[in-house]
Amino acid sequence: MNLLSPDPGLLFWMILSFGIVFFILAKFGFPVIIGMVNKRKEYIEMSLLSAREANKQLAGIKEEGERLLAEAKSQKQEIVAGAMVEKTKIVQAAHEQASAEASKIAQESAIAIQRAKEEALADVKGEVADMALKVAETIIREKMQDDEEQKKAILKMIDNL
Amino acid sequence: MKRVLYILLLILGYAAGASAAEGNAEPKDSQLNVKDIIMGHIGDAYEWHIAGNAVIPLPCILYSSDKGLDVFMSNRLEGGESYNGYHIDQASGKIVNEAGVRPFDISITKNVLQLFIVCILLCSVILSLAAWYKRNGYDKAPGGFVGMMEAVIDFLDQDVAKANIGHGYEKFSPYLGTIFFFILTCNLLGLIPIFPGGANLTGNIAVTMTLAIASWIAINFFAPKAYFKSIFWPEVPVFLKAPLPIMPAIEFIGVFTKPFSLTIRLFANIFAGHAIILSLTCIIFVAWQSGAVLGLPMTILSVLFSIFMNCLELLVAFVQAYVFTLLTASFIGLAQNE
Repeated sequence: MNLLSPDPGLLFWMILSFGIVFFILAKFGFPVIIGMVNKRKEYIEMSLLSAREANKQLAGIKEEGERLLAEAKSQKQEIVAGAMVEKTKIVQAAHEQASAEASKIAQESAIAIQRAKEEALADVKGEVADMALKVAETIIREKMQDDEEQKKAILKMIDNL
Repeated sequence: MKRVLYILLLILGYAAGASAAEGNAEPKDSQLNVKDIIMGHIGDAYEWHIAGNAVIPLPCILYSSDKGLDVFMSNRLEGGESYNGYHIDQASGKIVNEAGVRPFDISITKNVLQLFIVCILLCSVILSLAAWYKRNGYDKAPGGFVGMMEAVIDFLDQDVAKANIGHGYEKFSPYLGTIFFFILTCNLLGLIPIFPGGANLTGNIAVTMTLAIASWIAINFFAPKAYFKSIFWPEVPVFLKAPLPIMPAIEFIGVFTKPFSLTIRLFANIFAGHAIILSLTCIIFVAWQSGAVLGLPMTILSVLFSIFMNCLELLVAFVQAYVFTLLTASFIGLAQNE
């Protein structure tokens, strides 16, 4: 049986054609395909990487925006709170000042009134004294014409005392 | 439907071939010579027998020192005729001269023609793939056939070459791709029963031997110095290598058993597959010789078994191509990383 003994003719053709096929495929076939496949792999990997990077950047930007917004909000609150405090302070101060002014005015007016009263009183006293003097003068002048009468009147006054 | 048609064609092809062989054998002996039929289909031939009397004659190329170069078509030798003193020896099936000596014979036999068909098919498929990539660049994903081939080629590159060889695998990747697709194409064409397939290429020792020698070259010729040191002066206790080189001898034999096992594994697997399918087909004719009572049920049984075997051989075609490639890759890896 010649099954296990290689036929030289077939061996010759096999070596020749396998060699040529290998040369052709190893030079123009597989390296081109494998090279392109690997290039595409790299390209996909790079695309994924840059997409991830962009996503990360986007997330960063969003985060930054949120952070800025929160900061602005807290600043606003701070400002509002400060303004409230300031407002109450001012109002209080105004109150205080106003009441102080009012009390001062009241005091001053009280003094003025007192003085005016005193002056008026003094005036009235003077007037009254003058009038009394005039009345007394008039009376005296009229009554002095009659001694009798005068005597009687003086006596009456003494009696009344 | 297509599959059924294919299987029918398979059976018809074998049946036609077998019946033709039967017709040839009949004058000598009324009994079928199953062994001759099977061996005739598995072995090489100077013409390509298609069906019945349809035969493709192939060119015979012979050289001997006394007759010089002779080129003629094989139909000149048909029926035991001789041409320029050459005739086909009945026992060996080879062309011999008057004295029964074989000339230097590089005839385009059935197997050689099949080999050429495989080579042309393989080159055109792979080169057209390469052309697709050149045309479309790397930012376009392939679909259909190109996508399928890319998946296989990428698998061979990454999971066979890179996984087994590691650093520097790029140098061997095209070789591994070539042998995988070469063996696969041979196996698949061998399963087609009629022209342009049907020759038993990977079930021929000359073919598997050439492939194994190519692998042997790839394993040994590119290996680093450490690999040769590990063969001739391995790291074992000195008494195992100093006076009697026991380990070096074993290692040295191992260098040659690797391609030998590659040769025999592929050859035996494909050869056995073809032999089983042909035997199952022959059962039909043997059974019909004893009459229709036995012939009919055996025909049905044989067809069912043939269907099963053809499916199995389809699987084997892929598995053997993969195994040969994987083992070559792992042997290269062992040599490179010594």
